[in-house]
Amino acid sequence: MLPPILSIESLTVSIGETSILRDISMPVFDKKITAIMGPSGCGKTTFLRCINRLHELISNTKVTGKILLNNEDLYQLNPIHVRKIVGMVFQRPNPFPTMSIYNNVLAGYVLNGISMTRQQKDFLVEQSLTSAALWNEVKDVLHRKGTFLSGGQQQRLCIARALAMHPQVLLLDEPTSALDPIATSHIEELLIELKKTVCVIMVTHNIAQASRISDSTAFLHMGELIEYDETSKMFTVPKDKRTEEYLTGKFG
Amino acid sequence: MTLKRRLVVDQLVKGLLWILASLLLIPLGGIIGYVFFRGIPAINWAFLTETPRPVGESGGGILNALIGTIMLVINASFVAIPLGVFTGIFLTEYPSTWWSGIVRFCIETLQGIPSIVLGIVLYVWLVVPFGHFSSFSGSIALAIMMIPIIARSTEETLKRIPHSLKEASLALGVSYPTTLFRVILPAGSNGIVTGILLSIARVSGETAPLLFTAFGNPFVSFNPAKPVESIPLLIFNYSTSPYESWQRIGWGASCLLITLTFFLTFTTKWITKKRF
Repeated sequence: MLPPILSIESLTVSIGETSILRDISMPVFDKKITAIMGPSGCGKTTFLRCINRLHELISNTKVTGKILLNNEDLYQLNPIHVRKIVGMVFQRPNPFPTMSIYNNVLAGYVLNGISMTRQQKDFLVEQSLTSAALWNEVKDVLHRKGTFLSGGQQQRLCIARALAMHPQVLLLDEPTSALDPIATSHIEELLIELKKTVCVIMVTHNIAQASRISDSTAFLHMGELIEYDETSKMFTVPKDKRTEEYLTGKFG
Repeated sequence: MTLKRRLVVDQLVKGLLWILASLLLIPLGGIIGYVFFRGIPAINWAFLTETPRPVGESGGGILNALIGTIMLVINASFVAIPLGVFTGIFLTEYPSTWWSGIVRFCIETLQGIPSIVLGIVLYVWLVVPFGHFSSFSGSIALAIMMIPIIARSTEETLKRIPHSLKEASLALGVSYPTTLFRVILPAGSNGIVTGILLSIARVSGETAPLLFTAFGNPFVSFNPAKPVESIPLLIFNYSTSPYESWQRIGWGASCLLITLTFFLTFTTKWITKKRF
């Protein structure tokens, strides 16, 4: 097996007096889908946000430990740079309402003032929308507002927007929880396709979803990493009693 | 209560609501109707393009007041729009610091100050030291009245913009100022523009603070250091004069002012309805 692309070393997070995550260490491998699951309030979202340093938006958050991306500590880099190499997709689709579909895909470049030729733009838009499995549906309406699309399409647009930046890691925070089952299955197929090129880390509330698409799964409970293993192993013979109880629906 | 009685009460309350709502239309319709009835005959081309004539000569117009009002409002906007919008942004971005509490309190207080008091204070501060009335002092008076309206509407608008939009932008590695100016403000532009237009509609009819500051001027003036006429001031002076030709012009000016305010209000409504 290749060395991990991302290694998290004793990550501990607290907001004010409340401890959110305690001493989490785990490697994350490239070209795999890693699912983070656990009951509400276990710190899944905070964990994800620590990876692209979006947690810094909350003023009194304290973080200790290291997150190494290709052996480089993300906390030693500029957060703006971190967010360019670690893309994120949110729980609810959030395309920019004032921008067309075309400009939404290019938003990371347009807003950062990176200039490109028309051809480069066209190419990047087509490439990103194709990877997000949205190109065929929107290729004739690229200059309409992104908010005209359905929820599932909007979410794929957000994925395309993140992919356009060519991130090394793609974070997804319950990307299908606001979507219907058909849109969900589209996104799941898409993620399986995407893991060929990028490392995917996905927070999910949905146990079945984690078992369907992830290669390995981390189970968080009350801010602690209870178990982290290959999904096929964890879902058949969980090592910890709490994991077993969660998977069988006894709590969470 | 029997069922029948309940149904009767139901109908009574509904009827009462209709009647009270309709009563409101009587003064409103009456005022607008009367102003147009008296004002429209006074309005013609010369009314809009000429300055007032001396008493005894017929004709003349309100060009000086029209230009004066436009100038006062434009100059006031230059001061009030940046200050108001930035205050609104500050209050949204830092909603609960001790300083934003003070700022919010000041804005509320400012909004409650009677405009005549504002006029007299600015008279002491900006008119007395320079020795003469000026368009500049009038603009400042209007700007101070506009700032709270713009700041409040900007705050209200930006508060409703989903937090996820800001996060989406930051998560793409976009800097905070760029996120603010190119993602959040454009998303709230409708509401901000609405607030600005409402504040203009509100102050373009203000008379009291201008009595001590802009003062009035029978000639067209573009000089911010000189006194300037405005439509409400002209209405005040002309309608209280004993000359019938001046009173006519006063009604014409009232009619014009109402039309202007209507125009702004309807533009605001139209903008608010327009969705992304």
